[in-house]
Amino acid sequence: MTKIFGYFEPKFSWLALPFAAVFFIFFVIPLFLTIIVSFWDYNDYSIIPDFIFDNYIYIFEGCFRLNTELCMTFKTYLSTLYFCFITWLITLILGFLLAYFLAFYVTSLPVQIALFLICTIPFWTSNVIRMVSWIPLLGRHGLVNDVLMQLGLIKAPVEWFLYSEFSVILALVHLYTLFMIVPIFNSMMRIDKSIIEGAYDAGANEIQILSNIIIPLCKPGIVIGSIFVITVVMGDFITIGIMGGQQLASIGKVINTEMNYLQLPGAAANAVILLLITIIIIITMTKFIDIRKEL
Amino acid sequence: MHRTGSRGFFVFLVIFILFVIFLYGPIFSIVLLSFQGPDGGLTFPMNGVSFHWFGELWRGAGVVDIGSAFRRSLFLGFVVMILTVTLSVAAGLAFRRRFRGSELLFFTTIASLIVPSIVLSLGVALQFRLIDEIIKWFGEAFDIEKINYDFQTTLGMFTSGMGTQLTWTLPFGLLIMFAVFNRFDKSYEEAARDLGASQWQTLKEVVLPIIAPSIIGIGLFGFTLSYDELARSSQVMGATNTLPLELRGLTTTVTTPIIYALGTLTTLFSFLVIGIFFLGVWLLSRSRSKSKV
Repeated sequence: MTKIFGYFEPKFSWLALPFAAVFFIFFVIPLFLTIIVSFWDYNDYSIIPDFIFDNYIYIFEGCFRLNTELCMTFKTYLSTLYFCFITWLITLILGFLLAYFLAFYVTSLPVQIALFLICTIPFWTSNVIRMVSWIPLLGRHGLVNDVLMQLGLIKAPVEWFLYSEFSVILALVHLYTLFMIVPIFNSMMRIDKSIIEGAYDAGANEIQILSNIIIPLCKPGIVIGSIFVITVVMGDFITIGIMGGQQLASIGKVINTEMNYLQLPGAAANAVILLLITIIIIITMTKFIDIRKEL
Repeated sequence: MHRTGSRGFFVFLVIFILFVIFLYGPIFSIVLLSFQGPDGGLTFPMNGVSFHWFGELWRGAGVVDIGSAFRRSLFLGFVVMILTVTLSVAAGLAFRRRFRGSELLFFTTIASLIVPSIVLSLGVALQFRLIDEIIKWFGEAFDIEKINYDFQTTLGMFTSGMGTQLTWTLPFGLLIMFAVFNRFDKSYEEAARDLGASQWQTLKEVVLPIIAPSIIGIGLFGFTLSYDELARSSQVMGATNTLPLELRGLTTTVTTPIIYALGTLTTLFSFLVIGIFFLGVWLLSRSRSKSKV
């Protein structure tokens, strides 16, 4: 804390005003309006100020009846949480291994920076194009199917490579592993190397060092990366839309569809629920760390 | 600690190389396929090699006006970049000292980074629609002709669109500033002050030059994140579309390699921009190391 808020710097606090104004106008007010409008009424043409619970009741219609099939809303949330969990697990393992390599195996700083940038550069390019670029590889006549057929491993093209849960998860991992690498790498770089040397000298093997020193000290990075990946997948509607061939459900897509039909209060109610669930997940995770200490 | 010759090193090296192939392989394949012959399709094999699809793209065959979407995104990205740099550097300086509401502002900034994009997009769209309603009501109530006949909407690229993109770029800017000032050696500032420099002089002559490379970094984030932004922009651009929005539309309608040609061009452009920023940092550090001698 004291590192950020030093006591010898001149007073510049008014400089934060324009910055704060942007978040007030484009973040705080819109979120409040979303909550308010979620209790409004609407017809085909317009939204009508009101205080009704219909939008919420509609979302959970039939959800609490016993002995019946799951309602659409619960199914959608389960599907979204499923994508979240699988993506989180894969990006976590992959991100950890890559950060571990960069932090502990690459010893020269310029090489470290270069390899880190190689991982980062795609983040600054178009997500849509990065998704589209899987089509020639995964399609029915794509490269992967061709190679597998040539090798005689499969007789007919595999259909589930593209526009499926598989391709959605592949694209999510492709897009968001970086969100894990960066904070975990950051945590690893802060570990005092002499602790690890000491453990080696005391006879600890690599597994013991990993589980007793590195993983506990990387916990903040792991938590920050996890929050990023989980929140971005929870609200996703673009990746699931494009890579799922517009066939798979996610809560973000429900909101997006409702908006396209101008059912704004309905969309707002769904957004409020999504927000609540996201907040619950984040609070649970931040119980473990203090984010600001990690910068 | 780890010797580079160890077996573990090679296992990790292989993982890293595979990841890089995974990261860049797909984009490489569409770059290749954008040079498909005129009869070529969306997948391999290449059916001849040509610039046919780039030509088609240039003529705009069957594709929405990509050229003006590109120019719009370019301009918006530029404006967002300038604002991101200015506002985050200013806020970064303010945050060096605790001030009233600093905790709250930091919390809000982080919350903005991780709030699901569709929720924010919806909120801003709602906000501007309500503003529209108020303006229309105002026009009718006071019989203002200009509003009643001409007014359409306040939703637009440089109102709701730009603001929404800033909620995505500014948190990165502030985090970079935090990282910079956490490692900032204050003795330079104190030295300047001891030599009689004013606050403003210290800022201009000492602090800003030291953090200049990071400021270029913030600019890179500001521009590229705006230029490629899609999720938050999706509901708030009003009547105009940015390039990412057009691209997303094309994924469902275009079935020729023309979309690969477009992908190749926009990715090349991104690489060019990234290259320019790195060149800037490199030139800056070179001129600095020269001036030391």
